[in-house]
Amino acid sequence: MASPGPRRAATLDDVRSRGTLNCGVNPGLTGFAAPDASGRWEGFDVDLCRAVAATIFGDPEKVTFTPLSGETRFTALAAGEVDMLARNSTWTFSRDTDLKLDFVAVNYYDGQGFLVPKALGVASAKDLDGATVCIQTGTTTELNLADFFRVNNITYEPVPIQNDAEGRQQYLAGACDTYTTDASGLAAARSTFETPDDHIILPEIISKEPLGPAVRHGDNQWADLVRWTFYALVAAEELGITQANVEEMAAAAGDNPEINRLLGTEDELGPMMGADISPQWAVNVIKAVGNYGEVFDRHLGPNTPLGIERGLNAQWTQGGLMYAPPFR
Amino acid sequence: MTIAQAGPPRQAFRLSQLLYDTRYRSLTIQVIALFLLAALIAYLIRNLVVNLHDLGKDFDFGFLNRRAGYDIAQTLIPYTNNDTHLRAAMVGIVNTLLVAGLGIVTATIVGILAGVLRLSKNWLVGRLMTVYVETFRNVPLLLWIILVYAVLSESTPAPAAFRGDEPEASKLFGLVAFTNRGTYFPSLVWGEGAGTLAIMLLLSILAALLWQGYARRRQAATGQPLPSLWVMVAILVLPVTVAFVLLGAPVSVEVPTVRPTGIARFQGGINVLNSLVALWVALTLYTGAFIAEIVRAGILAVSKGQTEAAFALGLRPGRTTRLVILPQALRVIVPPLISQYLNLIKNSSLAVAVGYPDVKATLGGVTMNQTGRELESILLLALFYLVVSLVISLVLNIYNRRISLKER
Amino acid sequence: MSELHAQTVAQVRDTMLPPVPPPRRETGAIRWLRQNLFSGPLNIILTVLAIWLLWVALRDVVPWAWRGVWRASSLNECRAIRDQLYPEGTSAACWAVLTDRWRQLVFGFYPASQIWRPPLALVVFLLAVSPILFARLPRRLLWLTPAAPFLIFWLLWGGTIWGPVAAALGFALGVAAFLALSRARYPILALLAGILLPVLYWSFVAGPLARALAGVAPLALPAVASKDFGGFTLSIIIGLSGISLSLPLGVLLALGRRSDMLIISKASVFYIEVIRGVPLIVWLFVAQLILNYFLPRGTNFDLMLRVIIMVTLFAAAYIAEVIRGGLAALPRGQYEAGDALGLTYWQAMQLIVLPQALKISIPGIVNSFIGLFKDTTLVSIIAMFDPIRMASSIRATTAWGGIYWELYVFIGLTFWVFCFSMSRYSIWLERRLERGHR
Repeated sequence: MASPGPRRAATLDDVRSRGTLNCGVNPGLTGFAAPDASGRWEGFDVDLCRAVAATIFGDPEKVTFTPLSGETRFTALAAGEVDMLARNSTWTFSRDTDLKLDFVAVNYYDGQGFLVPKALGVASAKDLDGATVCIQTGTTTELNLADFFRVNNITYEPVPIQNDAEGRQQYLAGACDTYTTDASGLAAARSTFETPDDHIILPEIISKEPLGPAVRHGDNQWADLVRWTFYALVAAEELGITQANVEEMAAAAGDNPEINRLLGTEDELGPMMGADISPQWAVNVIKAVGNYGEVFDRHLGPNTPLGIERGLNAQWTQGGLMYAPPFR
Repeated sequence: MTIAQAGPPRQAFRLSQLLYDTRYRSLTIQVIALFLLAALIAYLIRNLVVNLHDLGKDFDFGFLNRRAGYDIAQTLIPYTNNDTHLRAAMVGIVNTLLVAGLGIVTATIVGILAGVLRLSKNWLVGRLMTVYVETFRNVPLLLWIILVYAVLSESTPAPAAFRGDEPEASKLFGLVAFTNRGTYFPSLVWGEGAGTLAIMLLLSILAALLWQGYARRRQAATGQPLPSLWVMVAILVLPVTVAFVLLGAPVSVEVPTVRPTGIARFQGGINVLNSLVALWVALTLYTGAFIAEIVRAGILAVSKGQTEAAFALGLRPGRTTRLVILPQALRVIVPPLISQYLNLIKNSSLAVAVGYPDVKATLGGVTMNQTGRELESILLLALFYLVVSLVISLVLNIYNRRISLKER
Repeated sequence: MSELHAQTVAQVRDTMLPPVPPPRRETGAIRWLRQNLFSGPLNIILTVLAIWLLWVALRDVVPWAWRGVWRASSLNECRAIRDQLYPEGTSAACWAVLTDRWRQLVFGFYPASQIWRPPLALVVFLLAVSPILFARLPRRLLWLTPAAPFLIFWLLWGGTIWGPVAAALGFALGVAAFLALSRARYPILALLAGILLPVLYWSFVAGPLARALAGVAPLALPAVASKDFGGFTLSIIIGLSGISLSLPLGVLLALGRRSDMLIISKASVFYIEVIRGVPLIVWLFVAQLILNYFLPRGTNFDLMLRVIIMVTLFAAAYIAEVIRGGLAALPRGQYEAGDALGLTYWQAMQLIVLPQALKISIPGIVNSFIGLFKDTTLVSIIAMFDPIRMASSIRATTAWGGIYWELYVFIGLTFWVFCFSMSRYSIWLERRLERGHR
């Protein structure tokens, strides 16, 4: 029973009058969001915030990053402290309905896995009977873990930990037999170990973790804007638009009508999302952060210490799930 | 009110009297204060109602009866992930009370020891205790909890090290295993006839106490001391031992062992989580440092003449401390000690730093996050701490009133 | 004495012998050791135990810290340097993380070109409180004290100076109106004017005035957003502002608790007990999660401000108890003297009671501050970048993932230096006050 009151219906106006987008991010998750030595936020989720800022203002730097802990992220969004959440949050039924959130898209298809030392001699998650498991509190992984062990009729002892860095520390100290979180997080953790080869990620992925940006219930215009900003990144990759060639492609209308529509050389899609959105919005976005593939490669891909393959996150044309609806 | 007492000659009441007449002024001020307070509260509640409505939320404790769905690492009362959020909150409450209770006992012991040793004539020990007190008092507790936890998990062996015919690690006295998961203690297994044994034990404790009381009364009446300690030990030990043998050893000890196959894990015995130990040790050492200061100040507050008088009466140093100094020091010590205990209970909410499943972690953590009921959860959480604090300060204040100096 | 005495040959020495040095075991180091370390069986045991404890505690730590690597840009580089310098398996600290990231640990994300501002603000604060803390300093310094909060605010957050100036003018206006009217013997009117005038001024005049002044003389520092505050700067700001802002409220609460008026005293007791009965971490969650529910819709000030407000309300309850102790310690005669002189309640408080009570409360206030300063680390739990959260976030970067002790040792030592020196000051003050009272 979402009240259709006038309040909160104008997130876009709020953001405009404030002059900056408030974006909730993870306070520290390698590859997804972390401040670098000069205090600038970097990461896969962070770039999505910058992309949305580029859509609204044409300037990717007009973002205020609000680091949110796992326990408080949804409340902060509901209370209006942030305009959107790009904080590797899993899209679930109850979060979408009961918590009054709207997940607008999936920017990373993840799944919960297990990291174990090779010395443990375990090849499958089903052999983990009696294992001590390090797990971050306040996440869906906690519930998945309980379900997985119950279904397979094996037991475990949870060791709740506060954040990813603490999880790695405890795992390396041997305080738990296995560390479980999203597979991307496990890859990130493994990459920072002194001897990464002594650890393996078990083949089982025990859950679906569609991670995506979320906004408050009840402001469809705002949800659309975030959704289509993200899909612009995906479509750009599919259409071969990159950070390097976007200026050139946007200079004049080309042969491909969809590229033309996306880049605003034909039709004006931008103003349909909101009155003051530039027709060149997608150009600004891609100029700022690159297309989806570039963002992925920059923060998570094989050339980074994390070394994550595209897998499910490849374009649908390459056997993945990234599939942007048509820009029309 | 008592305003209507016979006072100056009655005049017609003027409005300005409300302000300038001291008889009425305090009433006026209180009415205004009450009005302002009520207005403030009404304003806050109105905002709350409007905001909740706008967010499409309501204020409802029904979520407590829904399935929790998560597991808790330490459950002193039966709990599975199929139980309700309310049950999970209860588990958390029990865990909070456990760590707070343990912490209060050990912090008192550590504090008294350190406080007394700080006054020791041994230079090295005195300095060492000063270093202990100053180190722990001046660094945030959160840091200590994190560090103790890290030391525990890095300096102890994994359960796998206890496995095999020639294990790398060995148990203390063959009974207690310190691992990086937790400490495993042997547990008692109750067999047939254990109930009788327990009743025997209770009875002998009662008998021993009675004997002590009798011995004391007799000494007070006749001046002749009766052997109290040894008789008490005999009363406590002999009947129970005899019963134990006669009943055919109904109680046995189960020593924790690593199971031979699968992932190394201890079976049997009692497991004390490392997060509990870390929290417990950190709370003990931190609060102990404060208590040491209180104890030291209390002892120093007893004037030197008291010691000298006791020596002059021929009391030995041990008895002087026990009979003369401590009772007097206690009066100075108890009030600040109470507030240290309350601090310790509140500080136990830092369990979140090491993942110990206290009430802040269950009700105010996972439950709040899974259900999105932050208003209700935090209200309950605050109420819990408030009730515990009030009850404890009430009890200890009564105790304090009993031992405090009766001035006549 | 007899005459004989004078004639007898001197059998008794008539000159003093030079004193013989004490036996060797009773002098110097040996005596000291005997007396202080080995005077009895119990003491010997204690000494041995103490030495063993020291050895256990230091045998690994000191070499680890001493071997530390100071120059590297990532943990892996650190490990490489360590393996070059020392045989395999040697442990060595990687202090390089501190040289690489010290600025974040101390200043958070404060812009690099502006990091002179927080220390300067601290200096201003110290200058402003020094005449209160050290009685020997010239009284003229007191003039800085009321101006300091505005100056500090401007230094830290930047922006135009006219905003804080315009806000300060409101206070000046209120005080002036109050003084003028109460001299003219309209106490109630004075109080009303003292409150209403500034409120009206702030709501209608202050904003345009500040803008106009900024237009005339654009005196501004680059603005720094609250989210950029972090590290020890954040801890110090929260701690210091919490304690200093909570003082007025604390004094009122303490007076309220001792008041004869039933409603006022019960309300004060209720507030104090509720705040003190619930842990700070729960209050911080209130600030982060549910304070917004109680404010009019659309109000949304940033988390740092909310935390400062919450910490102020929290500290006020503790300060109130400290001041209540100070009030209780005053001899009854002081109150009675005030009454005997015919002073009103506020005059008696202002002229006789509070100056004395506050003076003896200063050590307690400093101790409260030490406690609060340490407690600021709790804001890490609500994802503010205090030193501990900053350490976590440094550990989340690819360069420094996996580092641990070095960061926490640094944070712990820094806290220790701060808190220890303040507690020494508080002890010194207590001693001086004791003497002053005799």
